[in-house]
Amino acid sequence: MKQFIQDLAEKYHYQATHLLHILRGVQSRYHYIPEQAIEQIAELLNISRTHIIGVVEFYSFFHLTPRGQYELFISDSITDHMLGKQSLIAYLSEKLNVAVGQVRPDGLVSLDNTSCTGMCDQGPAGLVNGYALTRLDRPRVDRITDLINQQKPLEEWPREFFQVEDNIIKPGLLLSQPITHGSALQSAYKRGLQETLAEIDISGLRGRGGAGYNTAWKWQLCCEGPDEEAFCDIATHNRRPRFVVCNADEGEPGTFKDRVLLNSNAHQVFEGMTLCAAIIGAKQGFLYLRGEYLYLYEKLQNVLEERRQAGLLGKNILNESLDFDIEICLGAGAYICGESSALLESLEGKIGIPRNRPPSAVIRGYLGNPTVVNNVESYLAAAAISVNGGEWFASHGTEKSKGTKILSICGDCSRPGIYEYSFGTSIQTVLDDCGASNVLGIQIGGASGTFISNLEFDRTLAFEDLSTGGAFVVFNNDRNVLEIVNNYTHFFAHESCGFCTPCRVGTSLLKKQLDKIVDGHGSEGDVVALEEICKLLTKYSHCGLGKSAANPVLTTLGRYPVLYQSQLKKISFEPGFNLDDALEMARLMSNRTDALAHLDQVEEES
Amino acid sequence: MKNTINIDGKIIPFEEGQTIMEAATASGVYIPHLCHHPDYTPHGSCKLCTVRVNGRICSSCTFPAKEGQEVLSNTKELNDDRQKITQMMFVEGNHFCPSCEKTGNCQLQAVAYHLNMLDNHFPLFYPNREVDASHPDVMIDHNRCIFCTLCVRASQQKDGKDVFAMSGGRSIHKHLIVNAQSGLLKDTDLAVTDHAAHICPTGAILIKRTAYQVPIGERIYDHEQIDQVSLETEHHQHGE
Repeated sequence: MKQFIQDLAEKYHYQATHLLHILRGVQSRYHYIPEQAIEQIAELLNISRTHIIGVVEFYSFFHLTPRGQYELFISDSITDHMLGKQSLIAYLSEKLNVAVGQVRPDGLVSLDNTSCTGMCDQGPAGLVNGYALTRLDRPRVDRITDLINQQKPLEEWPREFFQVEDNIIKPGLLLSQPITHGSALQSAYKRGLQETLAEIDISGLRGRGGAGYNTAWKWQLCCEGPDEEAFCDIATHNRRPRFVVCNADEGEPGTFKDRVLLNSNAHQVFEGMTLCAAIIGAKQGFLYLRGEYLYLYEKLQNVLEERRQAGLLGKNILNESLDFDIEICLGAGAYICGESSALLESLEGKIGIPRNRPPSAVIRGYLGNPTVVNNVESYLAAAAISVNGGEWFASHGTEKSKGTKILSICGDCSRPGIYEYSFGTSIQTVLDDCGASNVLGIQIGGASGTFISNLEFDRTLAFEDLSTGGAFVVFNNDRNVLEIVNNYTHFFAHESCGFCTPCRVGTSLLKKQLDKIVDGHGSEGDVVALEEICKLLTKYSHCGLGKSAANPVLTTLGRYPVLYQSQLKKISFEPGFNLDDALEMARLMSNRTDALAHLDQVEEES
Repeated sequence: MKNTINIDGKIIPFEEGQTIMEAATASGVYIPHLCHHPDYTPHGSCKLCTVRVNGRICSSCTFPAKEGQEVLSNTKELNDDRQKITQMMFVEGNHFCPSCEKTGNCQLQAVAYHLNMLDNHFPLFYPNREVDASHPDVMIDHNRCIFCTLCVRASQQKDGKDVFAMSGGRSIHKHLIVNAQSGLLKDTDLAVTDHAAHICPTGAILIKRTAYQVPIGERIYDHEQIDQVSLETEHHQHGE
């Protein structure tokens, strides 16, 4: 092990910023991070062991205790549930003879749930030793069980188990006319870099990750520094190196468009990053790729290499004296790292806790330097705008939301996949296109987004109406709203980084309170109590995760109040814990099982 | 007048680079807080010090003071919610004040009294947490930790050591860890004289053999509320 870790550390130049990479290496080789490894890495990287333990405990794909030689995870997204995930994982658990969350005693296999893996259009999905599994069903589970029991290496597993389809159903402005390699950079240099930034400004492009900041403004601010004091003066700002970061940590349940863009349009995304670098004067870029997309890593490395060979990356790009290169950094299973400042912390090899603002990343980003963080789709669009001009883009969409938006559509529809629409398109149009009928409602924008009912399908896709980073999940009338909300609420309680009190405690309180109601133990005051927790979470949380964690409850409670009320018992109070369960230990100790050793929760009022 | 902000109708001067909390404390205005301490880099995690700045919700311990800000702090809305946030801290751990030797000297308890907290309000989590009594002079009762990281910061920033750290366990699995291969406090280089051993705002880090030496009636918060005590002890640090 000693030599293995020594080699790993050397490969990453003993840089603490590469801690996640090193830990990924150790986890993949030993299926956990042994104590001995922690001590050695601490010494080699000159960081404390507690730093490493913190990181290991933070990310879902690192473990302090041994996992199976085959680490199996099943995606727990609502869309996987709708495709039969619950019965499938039970079947898997039975076939493999390992309980969910456990390692089989022979150490060969471990099984657990994991948050949405981004294969919602081809689930139920999972991961084996980090690699995406799609379209799981019972016959596949049978085969997988055999392959594991025969200890077949992953290379010998059928390729179709790992097959990921793009499913681009409706290409629009961007997807139907991909740019040729290098054309965005050539156009930019021909036109002038400042003029190109002006074109991006004219295009009205806003960040496609969800928050919707004006892209040109962000680039300009990073380039020129703040117009007033803030946290550093302009001279200091100008002395600092700048960085370009692409956020490909698409963890919002129901979102998978970045997966497709990186699989099929990676050149254009990297070109958009390079364009940004030329404009802001950056020499180094990073693609932060979510760990669930490990299967794309090699392919993307090859694309980067092709670009270096073609003179589109590296030294003296296009003979314009532009030096810029891109490094790919893999996440390790933490939804919060999609938040831009948490992502930067993670890039620095740390726990992904969102930073205090101000200052924002454009002023103090990666290692304290001015940094542009944009979504995959934003860079893709910026490259196209450089080629086709700002007007070309701005002529689509609405006044406040210009251009097009790429959606990942899944759930109850006959044609799940990737759709590109001009902003301002009605929800009904989208539903007609994707083959959805008998629709109950839609979750737009993922777990942190909005649930709309079938009375609102004349609403539109736009920042000013229904904003989304790309997630669009359709539910038909056979679905249970509370089950959907429960899945999202549990997701947040699992993914909260735990930094601030309102979110750390609030997401768990919300989960308990909703469980109480959904399980039929709620009474009169319990919906009010639910709303109160929602308010505290939304109002006081440190970052967007906490602020939006109550959205699934709030957006459904407003639309289906009767549904929540109907779950309640007709009594004024019901304790939050189960009285009878609480007596279990006493029954065991006194060896009693008779009726008198049991207690009714609360007698129903007649 | 240049460089002033307005807190609850009172004009407060500030210096460039000061946070709202620093400016407030220097002028004798108390804003409830637990994870903040004037000697250490602000953290912004407990959220008790939340104020409204020009209508917007902000953590006053990290938010920079800026000319002309209208700050609301001592309002019913904010104090009611601060009480709820304090109750959250109580229910996520195991806090039994009557049997805790920090009682009467505890900032968490004192803030709760100050905010008129009379019950837990939320259901208790009853987490299963451990006590580390391995060190000869100092003990950690994890049941009472509120993850403020003051011990982490004190050890790093004042003691020049690195004894404590916040683990990455997410959501309610967050926990304090210590820098020793055994995971035990006795194997760290913590000394009883370290600032980190004395900074805990709750009874999570205690000095052994010092319990109950101060009689009831003479404890820190027996006659003064935390707002006065806080201003008396932290004012000079901010005021200079």
